[in-house]
Amino acid sequence: MIYFDKVTKRYGDAIALEDITLSVAPKEFVSIVGHSGAGKTTLLKLLLAEERPSDGSVFFESINVNDLPSSALHHYRRKIGMVFQDFRLIPNKTAYENIAFAMEAIGRTDDEIASDVPYILELVNLGDKARHFPDQLSGGEKQRIAIGRAIINQPDLVVADEPTGNLDPINAYEVVEILKKINELGTTIIITTHNKGIVDAVGKRVVTMDRGKVVRDDAKGKYVL
Amino acid sequence: MVMRRVLGSGAKNFARGGAVSAATVLIMTVTLGIIGSLIFLSALLSYTLTIIKDKVDVTAYFITTAAEGEILGVKEQLEKLPQVRSVSYSSAEENLASFRARHATDQLTLQALDELGGNPLSASLEVRAKDPSEYESIVNFLEASPTLSAGGASIISRVNYWQNKEVIDRLTLAIRATRDIGFAVVTLFAIASILIAFATIRLAIYTARDEIAVMRLMGASNSYIRGPFVVTGVITGVIASILILIIFWPLSWYAGVKTSNWFNGFNVAQYYGRHFVLFFSVLVSSGMVLGAIASIFAIRKYLKV
Repeated sequence: MIYFDKVTKRYGDAIALEDITLSVAPKEFVSIVGHSGAGKTTLLKLLLAEERPSDGSVFFESINVNDLPSSALHHYRRKIGMVFQDFRLIPNKTAYENIAFAMEAIGRTDDEIASDVPYILELVNLGDKARHFPDQLSGGEKQRIAIGRAIINQPDLVVADEPTGNLDPINAYEVVEILKKINELGTTIIITTHNKGIVDAVGKRVVTMDRGKVVRDDAKGKYVL
Repeated sequence: MVMRRVLGSGAKNFARGGAVSAATVLIMTVTLGIIGSLIFLSALLSYTLTIIKDKVDVTAYFITTAAEGEILGVKEQLEKLPQVRSVSYSSAEENLASFRARHATDQLTLQALDELGGNPLSASLEVRAKDPSEYESIVNFLEASPTLSAGGASIISRVNYWQNKEVIDRLTLAIRATRDIGFAVVTLFAIASILIAFATIRLAIYTARDEIAVMRLMGASNSYIRGPFVVTGVITGVIASILILIIFWPLSWYAGVKTSNWFNGFNVAQYYGRHFVLFFSVLVSSGMVLGAIASIFAIRKYLKV
């Protein structure tokens, strides 16, 4: 489904990623771990076409992401749901509107939005917070809204960049449980994290990065650094 | 559906913008206030220059034996010239009467006039040009194609242009300079105020840069992201223009009496009342266009890949 083919990314003289070759199969749950500066976020940016590789190619399904013109990027990104460490909810939209925006952006009808958004809000246990603005929600609630927004369009892949980084252990656990549930329903999940407890609890494939290189790739891995 | 969503989202963004929306409206109001003031300034300048121009004319005096029909013939020819605004005929009797009225307190002059007997003054044509710089060509026309009397001499005895030429030329220069400087000042202020409005909207959109980045990552097209910001900019412009149109009523009323005394009867309040449609259309359209264009330019930076 995803294939990084000898990918190198340089920022000036600094090498962020060096000769990365990595593939992810459909329905996999992959945890990418590593210290700060290991290249985890850069890897995700290349996958989302926020950045272009200096060398090598990134493939998503049959698409060579490098070759995508700017005008086609938004269509490509609709295949991927994104979850961020800092939630990145739109501050002047309610919880309902934040999730609905993802549907509006791809041109879904009002009827579809009216039926799907309440369902997703219930799925992330926030049915009663639909009219709340982000600054009226706790960190865990914000992240659950962000997950709802990421999955509302039923993407093939959900990418979560440090999704538990700003959460307490209980909320972090809840978020991981939701991601596991989504994965069980057939969506590919890639998360980057520092959280050993979470990686060990998930018990699925772990890719370990260090200084821009993949140093371990374990099918049923543990957090080893 | 997309248009309705964009309009709704833009309106919500404005309503929920709080202090940012209020500050943007305030700055835009000041900007449009400057643009509106420039309309007043242009009108005032134009009114003053017209009054000054009206004070300039040239008079052609005819020989006393010239028949009225011949003089009216010259008048007709002058009126056909494109550079002539008006020509007024004064008969010898009217000139004598006005001379007497002018010198009503000057007994010595009146006594001398009585001693001469009859009417020593001739008929005249007072010519006003559309532009003071065109007097010379009018006078050249009169001198180049003189109407001849029965005796073979020109019926025009004198044109007072050459005595007043220096003053007219200076006045022409002064009017041109004032008009040019006025135009430059108006343009400068208009540009400055537009730049201020641009900077303010740019700042408002800068505060939403993270939000724009998220929208892009969620797969929203550039036009779908841009739309609500443009709508918010237009709403800001419309509200600011309505505010300044309201503010101008008491301001022009207050300034009206003073400007009327200072500028030969130009009353700002009356001008505003008579030209409200002009102010409304210029300010509302400026507000809308400024808001929309400033938003498009400001957001462009954040939509690049």
